[in-house]
Amino acid sequence: MDEPAFRRIARFVSPVDRGFAAVVYGGSALFAVLIVGLFIELVLGSWPSLRAFGPSFIWKSAWDPVASKFGALPMIYGTVVTSFIAILLASFVGIMAAVFLADFAPRWIAAPLSFLIELLAAVPSVVYGLWGLFVLAPLVRTTIGPVLQHLLGWTPLFAGPIYGVGLLTAGIILALMIVPTVTAISRDVIAAIPRDLREASMALGSTKWETATRVVLPAARVGIFGACVLGLGRALGETIAVTMVIGNRPEISASLFAPSYTLASVIANEFTEATSAVYISALIELGLILFVVSIVVNAVARLMIWSVRGSRA
Amino acid sequence: MIGTARLRRRRVSASLGAALTLLCALLAAGALLVILGYVVVQGIGAVNWAFLTQLPRPVGMTGGGVGNGILGTIIIIAIAAAMAIPLGLLTGIYLALFGRGTIPEALRFLSDVLSGVPSIAIGLFAYTVLVAPLKHFSAFSASFAFMMLMLPLLVRTSEQAIRSVPQTVREGALALGMSNFRATMRVVLPTARPAIITALLLAIARVTGETAPLLFTAFGSQFWETNPGRPMAVLALQVFNYAISPYANWQAQAWGGALLLIVAVLILSLGARYMLSQASRRLES
Repeated sequence: MDEPAFRRIARFVSPVDRGFAAVVYGGSALFAVLIVGLFIELVLGSWPSLRAFGPSFIWKSAWDPVASKFGALPMIYGTVVTSFIAILLASFVGIMAAVFLADFAPRWIAAPLSFLIELLAAVPSVVYGLWGLFVLAPLVRTTIGPVLQHLLGWTPLFAGPIYGVGLLTAGIILALMIVPTVTAISRDVIAAIPRDLREASMALGSTKWETATRVVLPAARVGIFGACVLGLGRALGETIAVTMVIGNRPEISASLFAPSYTLASVIANEFTEATSAVYISALIELGLILFVVSIVVNAVARLMIWSVRGSRA
Repeated sequence: MIGTARLRRRRVSASLGAALTLLCALLAAGALLVILGYVVVQGIGAVNWAFLTQLPRPVGMTGGGVGNGILGTIIIIAIAAAMAIPLGLLTGIYLALFGRGTIPEALRFLSDVLSGVPSIAIGLFAYTVLVAPLKHFSAFSASFAFMMLMLPLLVRTSEQAIRSVPQTVREGALALGMSNFRATMRVVLPTARPAIITALLLAIARVTGETAPLLFTAFGSQFWETNPGRPMAVLALQVFNYAISPYANWQAQAWGGALLLIVAVLILSLGARYMLSQASRRLES
């Protein structure tokens, strides 16, 4: 990080170096233009829809392409509910797994387990979707769903017919997809907590479990929360796997067994079939909402992780 | 007496807690093994020479393959990498060599933002820039979307790899009278090469299974298409379309395609891991 020294020695003065610097500046500028262009293009693409529907697009619940009526509420609802289920399941499993990998496991177990969990992040989305459609959805219809309904059927959340595809199935698939993110980052954050803290706690007679839950986790909580928010960001924008298991119906229902729609999956499903300009524009506006939300979520998550780990996430 | 009972309770809860964390780690790792197991068992039957080399057959006919999708995947990723590598390296060099101040910090922030943007939104961008104005789908627009997906990882890693080359190495090259250009190309980049290749492999692994942006960029094709200006078949897209089709024959092929994707991604990830070990060894020596 001793750039000033480098700059003193190495001024870019010769013609070759001037050319080199120009190319480097040019490439970086192009990169910046591409990212800013992404935002501008999404706004321009949404313009007809923004003009036609205004802000009410966000809270109107009618999605009727034939009548050219478009409201994003059912998709926002589906996106929020599936992501919430995912983060609920993935944060618990992910944080506990991270504690195991960072504090409990000997190295020869921690290394291969970490590798397996990280490979889970490399599995393509469409493969999760395939597995969800042919293995998990039938399992929800025949086993998980009826059991939950038997136990909790008195709440509206678990009432009604069980199709197999729906909010719950999508949430579970998303949980599987974001567990590696939550685990890997939480593990790094936990490992960055100073050893002194653990030793002080053990020296006072705490068990390892008490040290982990009452000293280490509270010390790492901001970073771990950041890891969960980053996982949430992934879940919000996940497209193909969700499209395959959510049932694709623009309705708001209280039951988690009901088919629904998310912002990303409605774009995936309807974009190539959209005929009118305003229909296409409405779909792009859904993409714009997704873009803005994911930026906010990611920025928050990264700030939290930096604050604990002290480096860029 | 009360003291020992309390101690025993604490010890029991400590063991239970440790068991809980182990269980969660096994659950997460086990999920991978379960999914892998399903894909291998269901997919292995569909994979044979014809599956790898032939065109898809129409509904109702058995047989056929995803040969054009494999070819399309390779073409689209090759074009994406050819665009992403120079752009990512240049930005990485810029951030590593001139990396102080507001503008580089803003660029880093933009790069981080890009890495969190859902791929479907990037697909929409490729659509509005390259598909809508030309009024037809094209493989090149898919390459453009893939490039955007690969860039953040390449930028971040090349910056870090170049920074991690010891200052003395760079100064030595400059002291020998090299220009900054030559010092960067001949000394700094070769030293950083394994780390950059690692990032490239990971970036390729990421886009190999990517499907969402392809729906309205590459679109798919039934033929041996090699012209990047036209719609092209892609393996991941074929897996998606076959999976949601009602035909058993196609669903079986979806599992076969998923197996191919998983194998490709695993090979790329393991390759990246190997390159990473090379990178750390080079920095130690």
